[in-house]
Order: sequence, then C-alpha cells, then structure tokens
Amino acid sequence: MSLRTTLRAIPTIMRVGFADAIAYRAETIVWIAATTMPLVMLALWSAVARDAPIGRFGAQQMVGYFLAMFIVRQLTGSWAVWLMNMEIRDGTLAQRMLRPIHPLVTYAVAALAELPVRGLLALPIAIVALVAFAGSELTRGPFMWLVWVAAILGGWLITLLTNLAIGCAALFVESSNKIMDVWLALYFVFSGYLFPVELFPRSMRTVVDWLPFRYQLGLPVEIMTGAYDVHHALVMLGRQWAVVGCMLVITAVTWTFGVRRFAAYGG
Amino acid sequence: MISVRGLHKHYRVAKRDAGLRAAVSSLFRRRYETVRAVDGIDFEIAKGERVGFLGPNGAGKTTTLKVLAGLLHPTSGDARVDGHEPRRRKEAFLREITLVLGQKQQLIWDLPPSETFDLNRAIYGIPRATYEKTKGELVELLRIGDVVGRPTRQLSLGERMKCELAAALIHSPKVLFLDEPTIGLDVSMQSIVRDFILRYNERHGATIILTSHNMADVAALCPRVIVIDHGKLVFDGELDELVRRTSPNKRVVLTLASKPDGAALAALGTVVRAGEASAELSVPASEVSRVVARALATLTVEDLTVTDPPLEDVMADVFGARPT
Repeated sequence: MSLRTTLRAIPTIMRVGFADAIAYRAETIVWIAATTMPLVMLALWSAVARDAPIGRFGAQQMVGYFLAMFIVRQLTGSWAVWLMNMEIRDGTLAQRMLRPIHPLVTYAVAALAELPVRGLLALPIAIVALVAFAGSELTRGPFMWLVWVAAILGGWLITLLTNLAIGCAALFVESSNKIMDVWLALYFVFSGYLFPVELFPRSMRTVVDWLPFRYQLGLPVEIMTGAYDVHHALVMLGRQWAVVGCMLVITAVTWTFGVRRFAAYGG
Repeated sequence: MISVRGLHKHYRVAKRDAGLRAAVSSLFRRRYETVRAVDGIDFEIAKGERVGFLGPNGAGKTTTLKVLAGLLHPTSGDARVDGHEPRRRKEAFLREITLVLGQKQQLIWDLPPSETFDLNRAIYGIPRATYEKTKGELVELLRIGDVVGRPTRQLSLGERMKCELAAALIHSPKVLFLDEPTIGLDVSMQSIVRDFILRYNERHGATIILTSHNMADVAALCPRVIVIDHGKLVFDGELDELVRRTSPNKRVVLTLASKPDGAALAALGTVVRAGEASAELSVPASEVSRVVARALATLTVEDLTVTDPPLEDVMADVFGARPT
C-alpha cells in the first residue's frame, strides 16, 4: 500500500479506534485499573527499602522508579495480539485484508488510539504524584528528555511489534494467545516491571541486556529517573532501536509467510 | 474482466472423533486430511456480466470468491481480475473490488455504520464531495437514512445487511463478489437488496458474481450461472439452458372453477400439486400444446399458465437430494 494512502487514512482510523475504545464506559474504567501493578510494587518495595536501601534504591528512589514505571506502562501498552487471534480464528481478518491499507497498520493505529483512553485519566495523577513525591529523582536537561521520548517510542514499537508478530503466529498455529502468555510472564520478570533490573545478579544482567524485555519498559524508566549519563543513555537507546529493527523484520516475515496460510474461515 | 485457469485450492484440515479419548489422543497424534475445495476450474467473465455461482454446501463457491478477492492463495492455477493477480493484493486491485460475505461483517459492532462509512472514505481516499454524493445515493436506494446513526449492534439483521452493502460499495467498486447477500432477510428486504444490486450493475457497469442458496436471487439477477460441485465445474452457461438441460419438463398451472378430478389431472401429466380449485402439472416440453388443449377441453379452466419449473427443483435435480 502506498505511504500516501496510509498517512492520509491514519487520523480517521485513530479517531474511530478511539471512539471504539470508549464505547463501553464501565469496561474502560476497569481496563485502566488493570495496569496498576506498578503502584502495588511501589507500596511493597518502598516499604522494604525503608529499612535499608537495596542497591542504589532507597524508599524515595523506589517511589520515583515505580511511578515512572506506571507512566511508561501507560504510554507503551499494546493489546493487538488478542484481537488478531480472534480475527484470524473467526475469519474477520478478511475484512481488513480487503481494504487498500496494510492490515498490520490498521492494528497498529487502533492500538495507538487506545493509549489516550488510558493516558488521559491515569497520567495526570501519576505525573503530579511523581513530581510531588520524587521530583528529585527525575532526569535533568532537555536533551535527556528527548532521549526519553525516543525510548518511549522504541518501547511502544517493541511491544506493538511483539503483539503483531505473535498475532501473526496464529496464522500458523491457529491460536497464539498462550505464546503471548509465556511472553508476558518473561516480560513481567525481565522488563523491570516487578522490580528494577539493576537488582538482578551481575551474571543475570548480561542475559537481561540481550533480551528485548528491558527495552520495552525498564530503559525508558531508567532514563526518566536519571540512571544514565548522556553517553550511556545513547548506547542503550541504540540497542533498543536495534531490537525494534529485529522485531520489525520478524513481524514482516511472519506476516508474509503466514498470510499465505490464511483460511478466512467463517464466511 | 475475470479469468480463471486450472484453479486449485486444497486445505489440510485436522480430523478427530468426538469424546475425551479422541481429544487427548489428538494432542499426541493428530490426523489430517486434504480437502480439495476447488479442484481445477476454468471460466471467463466479461465486464458488466452478472453471474450466479451455484452449488451445494461445501462445493467450493465461497472459496473461489475468496481466491478471486485475494484472501486465499491458490494451491495452483491462475486467477486474474481486471489484469490483477488477486493474491498479491495490490492497492489498485483492492480499490476495484468488494466482497460482501453475508455471514461476516465489516461494520464496527459498537459504533454506528456511518463511522465505518467514514473509515472507508479515509482508507480509499475518496474526495469528500464524491463521498457525500455516493453515500447519499446508497442511503436513498437502500432506505437506511434512519439507521446509519445507530450502533450496529442495535440494528436488525436486515438493516445491518443493507448497511453492509453500503459500506462495501462506498468506494464504487467495479467488481462485486457477493456471498449470500440476502441470507436471513425477509422477502421484502430481499427484494430491496436485489433491486439495488441490479441498479448498481446497470448504473456502474459493474461485474457481479453472486453465490446464493436463495434461487430467487439467482433468477432475478443472473442471466448466466456457473455450477460447481466437489470443487469441479459442472455447468457454465445461461440459466435458461441449465433449466432446459436439467429439467426438460414444463409446469402447467391451472386455476379451475371447481375441485379437479384426480384421474382427469393424472391423465394430463404428473400432478405436482392439486388444491381446491387449482392444480400444477409437470409435462414434457414437447407435450405442452397437446396437454393445454386437452385441459381446456376436459376441465373448467379459468386461468392457465405455462412456466419453467422452480429453480430450487432444477438444482435439486442437478445435485440429487443434497441441500443447495
């Protein structure tokens, strides 16, 4: 599909995706509440760190880390895999394939449209709390904030592309939701979502550095909370975008070969 | 406009018996079988033609439409639609076609149909003025002005189907693949949809391929039919020719002044139906003149019509007792 066609359609796809995401009010509120795990971890780890610091993390740093984690999680979420699985199994993907725009683009834009739904309600509260209770933990300088923006975009792209690649796997194995469950289990442990990856033993951290999970969440949080100087932040950002590139290739290949097997059942 | 040569589409499907034992056993050892959904068919369709695609359940009709719409990759053979190879799903090809699946919908379930129309406007890059004009025409022809603003989930099946058609045609496609477009609709709604399809064909010169188990759709819309069975083409020609070839009998429908005598009717031909003051006979085409003359002479006939047998009966003859 041409880039022009795609770019021209994106605002309308986003608007419709946003309208669809807020169609059910009660469900939207429950959905927003479903990502409050960092706040639970905040209470837990700041209580533990109050007695004695863990690594470089005292109670104040734990508050800063997990509030930042909450914000980053809101900005980098994607749930496209569940929708893709449903649409591949019941054949609804056919309707996306009939339109002159790449189906994966429509999934991506719809996923992007969901972010403001969660962000508009949760983010202002989290940002005020972060500045009020752990403002001193935040990174300084406009350049580092630009790096942070790039890291947020990179983190979202890795999450999205993972969703799309695993969603495309359903074209081979009928249902790939369980693959996503396995991914999520690893993601919770190795991304810094439940505890900072700095707390892993040194030998494990080398492994974590080579896995994609940290670049989804941990890296933007670490940049946001001033864990890196400029040089180190740029090196980590480079690694993150290399992961983005790899995920892009994996997603494109999975789609290209998977779509040949699409059976378009149910019609 | 459409050219199909030696088209095959085979599926590999898992197979297992019912029951817990079979479920557990399939975890370790899965059995597969190959389904030859389309098994080497050839046909050509010219621009502006309206063609009915007929066959019993599982004959390969919908699979063929999905291959032609670019949703399925053929196992082998060649399919072209206006010079495009559908499986490549190029933008220019997708702009020219539409596929309406009676049992699948593109309308966004929780939003009004007007949102899907607008989404399609953006995706197909339709200029705003053209979009408003086309939408206005579709809304008027399909009589959906009062429903396009209500959430899709709150529409009746008929209202939804009409909105589906509007959404599928908002970009004015040149080729329409219609799979059971009147399924589940009441008689008056079916008639509206059929009229609409006919007018669209006349107005835009669009090529239409239609599959339907509703023979009234086929009779009203399709001068030409392609019949497939077990993935193979068994007839390609005019509908009248199919009727003549399959069922050489005609129907003589009589309206009588009094209850007909059974023996007198049986002497004229095969009695299909006999009522209080009416009867329907099946007679060989070559015998029609003789039977009509004899009926007028021996019965108190008030009205008499000679017709072809209903298409349902013709299809039942083609496919034996299997459901079409």
